[in-house]
Amino acid sequence: MHWMIEFLLFVILIVSAVVGLSVRNLLAAAVILTIFSFLTAAIMVSLGAIDVAFTEAVVGAGAVGVFSIVAILMTSRKSRD
Amino acid sequence: MSSGNVELCRKEAAMMAPTESPIIHLASRGISPVILLIGLYVFFHGHYSPGGGFQGGVLLAAAILLLRLSLGTSLSQPIMPSWITLRLSALGALIFAGIGLVAVLFGGNFLDYHFLPMPWLDPAYLRYYGILMIEVGVTITVMTTLVSIYDDLLGC
Repeated sequence: MHWMIEFLLFVILIVSAVVGLSVRNLLAAAVILTIFSFLTAAIMVSLGAIDVAFTEAVVGAGAVGVFSIVAILMTSRKSRD
Repeated sequence: MSSGNVELCRKEAAMMAPTESPIIHLASRGISPVILLIGLYVFFHGHYSPGGGFQGGVLLAAAILLLRLSLGTSLSQPIMPSWITLRLSALGALIFAGIGLVAVLFGGNFLDYHFLPMPWLDPAYLRYYGILMIEVGVTITVMTTLVSIYDDLLGC
């Protein structure tokens, strides 16, 4: 039962990483990267590393998300390449 | 870094003006103290359970960044002014290095809490309070540096 939850988390993690790298809208990419961070934190919880999960959730899903969204708001919204 | 409380940030006025919605204002003003409280809780659990100075500092910074995002930089100046952030960051680093150097002065290694000059405490409690003082410095530095990064991104 436990490995099924972990397998599901890994699948959503890979999907979110691929989608976050391929999407053109930079704001959507920042939000999907935040989802990636949060899923990494959930995987760390399932591995038993509560402290790493705490740091990942707070920094990756909190501070870095805010910073990248502010940086995107100061440049252009869409990627051109 | 601006020094005035009422001076509006140029880039913020051009790019992301503070929202006028009363719902967002009320919600962020209500949620931010709760995040501050959770940050303090995490900070005081640094010795013996998950948590610590870094995570508590980021949570304290997240509470202030929430106010900066919703109310705008100029309205959220009273809770943490822009001119104080880098100075508090230097103070936190000074606390960290100072406690380590006090241990060196009294004959130990760097950050060896056993040699701190507090002879009325048991060695176990000496290390306990030594770690607590180190965490105070780490928390102050992490919190104010994150707020300072946000202010510098907007050019305030």
